[in-house]
Amino acid sequence: MSHLFSARDVSVRFGGLQALDKLSLDVDEGTIIGLIGPNGSGKTTFFNALTGLCQTAGGQLLLDGTDITGLEPRHVYSRGVTRTFQRSRLCLSLSVFDNVVIGRQNSLDLNIVSNLLQRGRFNAAVRENHERVRALLATFSEMLAGRIFDPLHSLNMIDRRRIEVCRALVAEPRLLLLDEPSAGMTPDETHEFMDDILKVRSNNPRMSIIIIEHEMDLMRRVAERCIVLNYGRKVADGTFDAVVADPWVQEAYLGTS
Amino acid sequence: MKLTNLTTSFAVAAIGTLLTGVILVAENQWAVIGALLAAAALSIVLARLKIGMVLASVLNESSAWVALLIPLGGVIIGFALHEEDFVLMMLATVLIYGLACVGLTIQFGYAGVINFAGAAFFGIGGYTAALLGEWGIPSLLIIVAGGMVAAAIGCILILPVLRTKGHYAALITIAFGLLFRSFLEVNHTLGGPQGLKVEGASVAGHSLLDGIQLGSFQASFYLNYVLLALGVFTICFILARNLEKSWIGVNFDAVREDPIGASVFGVNVAYWRIMAFVIGNFVIGLAGAIFAMMQNFIAPSNFTFSDSLIMLSIIVLGGLGNLWAILPAAILVVVMPEKLQEIGEFRILVFAVLVVLVLRFRPSGLFPRALRKFRREVAQ
Ligand SMILES: Nc1ncnc2c1ncn2[C@@H]1O[C@H](COP(=O)(O)OP(=O)(O)OP(=O)(O)O)[C@@H](O)[C@H]1O
Ligand SMILES: [Mg+2]
Repeated sequence: MSHLFSARDVSVRFGGLQALDKLSLDVDEGTIIGLIGPNGSGKTTFFNALTGLCQTAGGQLLLDGTDITGLEPRHVYSRGVTRTFQRSRLCLSLSVFDNVVIGRQNSLDLNIVSNLLQRGRFNAAVRENHERVRALLATFSEMLAGRIFDPLHSLNMIDRRRIEVCRALVAEPRLLLLDEPSAGMTPDETHEFMDDILKVRSNNPRMSIIIIEHEMDLMRRVAERCIVLNYGRKVADGTFDAVVADPWVQEAYLGTS
Repeated sequence: MKLTNLTTSFAVAAIGTLLTGVILVAENQWAVIGALLAAAALSIVLARLKIGMVLASVLNESSAWVALLIPLGGVIIGFALHEEDFVLMMLATVLIYGLACVGLTIQFGYAGVINFAGAAFFGIGGYTAALLGEWGIPSLLIIVAGGMVAAAIGCILILPVLRTKGHYAALITIAFGLLFRSFLEVNHTLGGPQGLKVEGASVAGHSLLDGIQLGSFQASFYLNYVLLALGVFTICFILARNLEKSWIGVNFDAVREDPIGASVFGVNVAYWRIMAFVIGNFVIGLAGAIFAMMQNFIAPSNFTFSDSLIMLSIIVLGGLGNLWAILPAAILVVVMPEKLQEIGEFRILVFAVLVVLVLRFRPSGLFPRALRKFRREVAQ
């Protein structure tokens, strides 16, 4: 059978540092994969390699069986992969709407003449996108939906996290990469946030998610499969319970032996 | 609500027109300094009361047609002072520099592409007008050609600019500006250091370099150029405003704020940088062609590095990315030194101090850009 996404022996090197060491993993359509591992184990680097932000030193990244290794970030996006960033990357001086709507890049009409002169058509497109973005924001918080034209810098950290997830979701990706989406939230907030993400996913059950999280309770709840990294190498792969029972994981990640 | 927005816009336009008129006619330099201080005080009060930001967003969220208040004010000033050669020349110069700054705003204010060679592209437009003027081509076509040649030459420059990052890209544009001037000085077909004569613009066989004589109404020929520059400025202003309020404007901002983040969401960063650079140079080239036609004569000394800096300082002083800030800042930067002739070289010093003060106390400019909100578009 074929997978939505596969990594085959992917390596990434930064000078003398082997950030990813022959990593292989598969993601099936409609599944949620948890990616865990200690600090510096290469989780974010894996997302960067997958989205074209850093060069691989070997191996293959396959989406639907086609090789996407070395593609430019925007081409990876066009194939249906979006992500959030561990250290949020939003445009603070722009509005909430502008930040989210960029996620719909491929469905925006970017023709210069029609943007400049056919304003009636443009206004209709704004209305349509506004409705879409507003509805998505409302899934996370009605209050946030009411602040759609507020400057992003006026939002608190939690709302900014939500905006980043919305920007990734509004593209209706096939593979969503979440890099510590709940960093800085209380366990309750994390719980609610994840529920909201799952609510959006229920409209689009074929979407797959890879999520990086340190919160073990969250992983137990959402991840159908967990993959554990250590020093850029995969050390365990299986259900959450099987993975935490693994003595290697206990030592490498949970720090108990 | 709509009515109050319109009234506010009219009030802003009326105050702007009045202040511009006063600064333009003031003979006594103390009067000029007084007007400047009044403008500065106004700006500080507006900022303190947060009225500045409110005004900026009212203008930003109003219909594109509100921009027609600019030619309205310009025409009023132009006709009120129709016999004053020097005043009208300054007004036309403000509009022409303002036009070039619309181009720079698209490049630097929107897409974040720095261009220290503004005067060179302005000059390319000017030299194009000089060369084409001999062929009897309609003036409007010559002006457009000035823009097109500037845009085309910019395409060559953008390649090394894209390949280098940050300060190095800035250095490349500086080098290009210097190169352009040296090239003009050694090139004899382009007149060398002495420059070239430029055919003035003409409408229906009537040269705009002739004064206006309609019955008992007599006006300086500069009024022709004020009207021409006003027309082109207004068209470009409205198009640039639409550009900002479009998906392209959203892409420009994303490219400027975080190119890496943008690329992950499918934004073609290099393409938008090229687009902004090319469109911007086109507008700067238009301005250069009109300038050359009005001057009737151009030389390499019109297009120096310090002229590039003057253009950039207009958009930075005014408020980067705010089209509405261009004309007030251009008046400040272009008219003030002319009015302060008597203090001679000190005016450069005054100007430099002004720039430093603004950047120190108002880092986002005298009239900062308003947040883009698509409220009006959604409501329609
Ligand atoms: N651009 C880079 N240049 C050099 N080294 C890098 C770069 N990016 C990451 N690294 C290094 O690669 C290793 C893996 O980093 P990575 O960010 O992938 O870890 P992580 O698993 O996401 O950790 P954390 O849980 O702290 O987010 C670290 O040692 C890090 O210092
Ligand atoms: Mg990380």
